[in-house]
Amino acid sequence: MDLLFATLNLVTFFPLVGVLVILLIPRGAKNALRWTALLASLATFGFSLAMLGQFEASNPALQLVVRAPWIRLAGWTIEYHLGVDGLSILLVLLTTLLMPIGILSTWSAVEERVKEFMVFFLLLEVGMVGVFLALDLFLFYIFWEFTLVPMYFLIGIWGGTRRMYAAVKFFLYTMAGSILMLLAIVWLGLDQGTFSVPALLQGSIPAGTQIWLFLAFAAAFAIKVPMWPLHSWLPDAHVEAPTAGSVILAGVLLKMGTYGFLRFNLPLFPVAAVKLAPWMALLAVIGILYGAAVSYAQRDVKKLVAYSSVSHLGFVMLGLFALNPLGIQGGILQMVNHGLSTGALFLIVGMIYERRHTRDVDAFGGLWKVMPVYAALTLIVTLSSMGLPGLNGFVGEFTILLGAFGSKAIGSPWFAGLSALGVILAAIYMLYMFQKMFLGPLDKDENQKLKDLNAREIVTLVPLLVFIFWIGVYPKPFFDLMTPAVEHLVTALQTAALAVH
Amino acid sequence: MGGDFLAILPLIVVAGWASLLLLADLFVPVGRKGITGLLASLGLLAALGLTIAQFGAQRQAFGGMLLVDGYAAFLDVLFLFAGLFAITLAHDYLRRMGLERGEYYALLLFVISGMMMMAHAGDLIMLFIGLETLSIPLYVMAGLARPKPESEESALKYFLLGAFASSFEVYGIALVFGATSTTRLAGIVAAAQASSADSLLLVLGAVLILVSLSFKVAVVPFHMWTPDVYQGAPTPVTAFMSVGAKAGGFAGLLRVFLLAFPVLAASWAPAVLWVAVLTMVWGNVAAIVQSNIKRLLAYSSIAHAGYILMALPAAADPRVSPMAVSAALFYLFAYAITNLGAWGVVVALESADGKGLQVDDYAGLGTRHPWLAAAMALFMLSLTGVPPSVGFVAKFYLFSTVLDSGLIGLALVGVLTSLISAAFYLRVVVVMYMRTGEPQVRREGWLHATVGLMAAATLALGLLPTPLYELAARAGLLTLTR
Repeated sequence: MDLLFATLNLVTFFPLVGVLVILLIPRGAKNALRWTALLASLATFGFSLAMLGQFEASNPALQLVVRAPWIRLAGWTIEYHLGVDGLSILLVLLTTLLMPIGILSTWSAVEERVKEFMVFFLLLEVGMVGVFLALDLFLFYIFWEFTLVPMYFLIGIWGGTRRMYAAVKFFLYTMAGSILMLLAIVWLGLDQGTFSVPALLQGSIPAGTQIWLFLAFAAAFAIKVPMWPLHSWLPDAHVEAPTAGSVILAGVLLKMGTYGFLRFNLPLFPVAAVKLAPWMALLAVIGILYGAAVSYAQRDVKKLVAYSSVSHLGFVMLGLFALNPLGIQGGILQMVNHGLSTGALFLIVGMIYERRHTRDVDAFGGLWKVMPVYAALTLIVTLSSMGLPGLNGFVGEFTILLGAFGSKAIGSPWFAGLSALGVILAAIYMLYMFQKMFLGPLDKDENQKLKDLNAREIVTLVPLLVFIFWIGVYPKPFFDLMTPAVEHLVTALQTAALAVH
Repeated sequence: MGGDFLAILPLIVVAGWASLLLLADLFVPVGRKGITGLLASLGLLAALGLTIAQFGAQRQAFGGMLLVDGYAAFLDVLFLFAGLFAITLAHDYLRRMGLERGEYYALLLFVISGMMMMAHAGDLIMLFIGLETLSIPLYVMAGLARPKPESEESALKYFLLGAFASSFEVYGIALVFGATSTTRLAGIVAAAQASSADSLLLVLGAVLILVSLSFKVAVVPFHMWTPDVYQGAPTPVTAFMSVGAKAGGFAGLLRVFLLAFPVLAASWAPAVLWVAVLTMVWGNVAAIVQSNIKRLLAYSSIAHAGYILMALPAAADPRVSPMAVSAALFYLFAYAITNLGAWGVVVALESADGKGLQVDDYAGLGTRHPWLAAAMALFMLSLTGVPPSVGFVAKFYLFSTVLDSGLIGLALVGVLTSLISAAFYLRVVVVMYMRTGEPQVRREGWLHATVGLMAAATLALGLLPTPLYELAARAGLLTLTR
């Protein structure tokens, strides 16, 4: 029984309880369905807080481990193996936080097939949390692929006009990467005789094969992040997805890619990571600048936010492949920051879309006069996204840049120098968007009668804003959670770096 | 001698019961042919019970004509299982389509007895008898919907190409006999190892047998008949063909090539490898453009034959051989479960005038019949190989044996073609959930129970595959090697 009700099991699988209840509720009772989903996701958030309470920040090891033999297949014992450490805990918390917010945002936006929506949404949470907690490669792959299915339905059923195209593109693109990873996982299992991540860390993988395995894993993760030039599924998926889908897609699903690099590529293939770090950094910097430049050119606000993700996740990748404590810590924090700010931005775009059914920046102008609360909240989120000191984005980006400047693995300060340009570009395109939408004369008739945010909408944004300020002003508790695990990881990477040079 | 009869009792029960059923059916009044179906299932259940009771036996019967081992027992279970569900799928369908004839059930049992003979074959002659016992009743079943032209075309095509394939087999057997002066599988091995055999004749014979069985399992380039036959045959027959007849063909293929021709592995393994590659690529690519669900599933079944065929070159490596055999067995079972369910959904949507067979006819199924649509979506994902489904586990197991034997390129083709397959399996899901429509669904108890059971099995074995794996692994290890 202890095994069954272990904290991590509850965090991962409690949404299934919500799914079961929802299946019993008639489809007409829309509010009952929404409340059930909301309560299930809030309870899951509660369990994740309990996890935080039991977590010892000073311990770099995997904690709250749940471990049981699960499948015997082809001579392997595949384990059901969950655990949390400083690398994953913030991402689990981010996921469980964004879920109830996402559900709240659908209250009036999703009117059709509410039952199925909530089922898929909660199933998605199971997959995402599972990805962050799984410590067996087979189990990880199952969660990883499983997240595709509900997201595919969320985009395909409740999305915009080109939803089917976007859904299929999302599925195929992501699957293309993951099947290469699957082969690498099988190969690793055959070579090392186990899928258990801690056991694989004990073993040693020859440097020659590390490169290939690294690339196969990277194929899956780089598409998910997405890294330039594998990003082209992202704008379609984001633009067509319903608001709550975009929030989760940007907030959590993309982090699965960066988390994959952090959890698997760096510790399992350290030699390859050290060797390839400059190349990964190069791609990251291209992504930062490219994403920013393309964002500037967008008329569709949602597309703008989507491309800004390419840019922001470039920073995360740059930080991770700095391969030093500052860079990795900044990278992890920036994953959380991006989840908060971009999640909030997609919520904001969704709110105006619900009112006006357009997202074209030219359709707006002077909104501050009719929607002051909305404008003020948007301004804060915009500033956070572009990295204004005092808000969360600054802390993350600054730490990443510090790490990248001093990184021996990347080997040149130029990468960091160029990516600093990305911060400036972000300011340009974000402020440009803000100016076009909120400032200037209120010259469009359709905008005259727009209602400001209602209480529910404010409630969806406030938790995100709290964290935006909190991380901006006092990030120490967040860094404290990850520091021991990151230092542990960096030690292993430095050993590999010595071996390479 | 008595022991021999006892050892192959399940086979005797099925064949004998089929003969009795032909007689018994005369006394079953028209319009109540469900009784024949019930009797047939009782026979299959009895045989299933006997097979399970005998699982683990390892012996030869009738002087090596028939082999009784874990491999055959596993496949027997699969055949009987597929037969049972071919009955539940057909029960209401035949009545609805005005095809209610008792022959369906008797013929089905004859086909199953033929498949069992192939799995048990210890002699090329037995293999041939099994193949014919499998094929001839199946030609009749494909034409059951006469005088519908599609059904007649299907039966004729299947018959002509099947006869063609059989003649290849006979000729191949003759050449092998010429080379080794025996048709006993064990004798062929001995002759080949003692290099007393004429190797050119032996290789030629082996190639001809490979060609003939390739027709049966429908791999490229011997697949041309499949889409037309699958489309024209009554749907439950198609379902059974795609699952049972294919498994029967593989039963013979694996048995002969791993038992009789391992010494020739260097000659046939590369050829089989390329056939597998071609099959996976062409089956999946051609499926993309299909708009008829029966043709789509036909190409899908071609593609899956390609996946299963990957086990053969992998098994040429003696170290991996038992594992490759059990991976193929596991895959066959996983494919059977998933595919029977998918065909069940096809049966549910097909109407008497032949409508409801286009992929577009599935529009709106997601809202109108959410459970049926969810089951179909699950089957499609399982056929693609997305976790958590039994299809994923099967592919995982198969790919791992292929990698283990060092065929990295083959495994790569396998995963990349799986990606292609996602495109057309997803299209079914897209149409079901993302388009609106008014699909007509038959509410028939047996049919929905079958679909539900298969969906539950697809999911349950996807999450907990260990029992099936252990059976397949035992079967792989218990394969008689001489």
